[in-house]
Amino acid sequence: MLWRLSLVFALVGSPLCAEEEVVLGLSSDRVAITATFEGSDILIFGAVKREAAIPETPLDVVITVAGPSLPVTVRRKSREFGIWINTDMVDLDSAPSFYAVATTGPLNEVLSDTEDLRHRVSITRAIRSVGAASMVEDSGAFIDALIRIKRDQDAYQMREGAVAIDQQTLFRTAISMPANLTEGTYETRIFLAREGQVVSQYQTEIDVRKVGLERFLFTLSREQPTLYGLMSLAIAIAAGWGASAVFQLLRRG
Amino acid sequence: MQIYLPIAEVSVNAFLLLGLGGLVGVLSGMFGVGGGFLMTPLLFFIGIPPAVAVATEANQIVASSFSGVLAHLRRKTVDLRMGTVLLIGGLVGAALGVVVFNYLKSLGQVDLLVKLCYVVFLGVVGGMMFNESLRAIRNTRRGVPVRRRKHGWVHGLPFKIRFRTSGLYISIIPPLFVGVSVGILAAIMGVGGGFVMVPAMIYLLGMPTKVVVGTSLFQIIFVTAFTTMLHATTNYTVDVALAVLLLVGGVIGAQFGTTIGTRMKAEQLRILLAIMVLVVCGKLAFDLLVQPSELYSLSTGEDH
Repeated sequence: MLWRLSLVFALVGSPLCAEEEVVLGLSSDRVAITATFEGSDILIFGAVKREAAIPETPLDVVITVAGPSLPVTVRRKSREFGIWINTDMVDLDSAPSFYAVATTGPLNEVLSDTEDLRHRVSITRAIRSVGAASMVEDSGAFIDALIRIKRDQDAYQMREGAVAIDQQTLFRTAISMPANLTEGTYETRIFLAREGQVVSQYQTEIDVRKVGLERFLFTLSREQPTLYGLMSLAIAIAAGWGASAVFQLLRRG
Repeated sequence: MQIYLPIAEVSVNAFLLLGLGGLVGVLSGMFGVGGGFLMTPLLFFIGIPPAVAVATEANQIVASSFSGVLAHLRRKTVDLRMGTVLLIGGLVGAALGVVVFNYLKSLGQVDLLVKLCYVVFLGVVGGMMFNESLRAIRNTRRGVPVRRRKHGWVHGLPFKIRFRTSGLYISIIPPLFVGVSVGILAAIMGVGGGFVMVPAMIYLLGMPTKVVVGTSLFQIIFVTAFTTMLHATTNYTVDVALAVLLLVGGVIGAQFGTTIGTRMKAEQLRILLAIMVLVVCGKLAFDLLVQPSELYSLSTGEDH
């Protein structure tokens, strides 16, 4: 009896003893979108802090970076009366504007399906589509299309094996963000996993903001739309007049 | 050189935009069309969100039309009185058009209707102009004097006004009618309406081609300025950075276009415009008839 009880304690206790924590570094925790923004590479690196000796089983690291989520409508064209028109549509509750997953190995080996589902790690799981199935029969095809289109724009990235890990302690990866970024808070998660189970989790944020002229114009267009509209028109009229005047001078000269 | 556009939230090549603006500007100055029916699809193609493309395009047309009108004013080829009459009709039509547009929207499939509208109108207008100008060119080659029909049913209507620059003494009703119809179309199709207005002025009102271009540009300025303000205040979709890049190219192009236009014969000008309209029409029809490579399309929350 006592032997059995100690075994239970040992089983329960073992993950606690081997508790591992992430100490994280980011090359920058904010991305400034300027007028000449061409995308940004963010280096994510860190170390695993642990009290006990390194366990026997290999350590895996999964890193996800997710941009702000928005509802998305996916439409599908089909042929009606000889012309191609949008016939079916699916409203997805929310899909991240940017999503990158980097891992130390193939995702299905690194994380069990249950853990993937629980933490919404893979791209498909990061998209929330509660009501989608009731709108069309093959809602899966619409979600696949969304992922395909976003992947072609580099907005969704699945980079298996892109995380380098040394001595089960130091890990690093680079996430490249495309130029077409949406403003907002980019949630960054780091999972440590052993044998498909998440043993530790760490979360931080990368702030993506427009700055300078971009910030000024965006704010003006939202807060003073009339002024912004008049400014746009004034620029247009001035440019039109300017070009005309310059050409007249050139012709005379 | 890549530029990040603050409202469109995409990064684009600045020189590409300058070039596009210039190209459309030349056409604008030559033919008196705003060029929206050409530029808007091009902007979609380089990845600008449709709502931003339509709104910003209106702003850019203000600039290129203004530049073109100044060039035409110096040559005295703008009929200000006719332009004003058309404009009054145009604004009334635009207001009606918004009502029609919202009604169509409530029925669904508004995109399709806009595209079909484009194909039908561009096809009919382009085809008619092409035919007529081809005949005119043949006649001039054979030495047959160019005959302009001086008296049609249009000239029998009351409320006659003298349009000196156009050399016309006609009723105010047909220009008002043309203005209203073009205004409705412009609001539904999201363009200035120059490509419908120009042929209507030539064939329905019997105005000389040279005067038509300047007059059309004159009224387009006001219609597109109105549209720009509407988009800026209701949808927040005017991207001033995009507009500046397009209009720098556009205003320079419009000056060249005007110079080219005045050196060409009227029927040559008309046949070129006809060909351009038919090409755009063909492209749109092609898109509707041929299976697209990607059947699915995305739109984010704010667009609908």
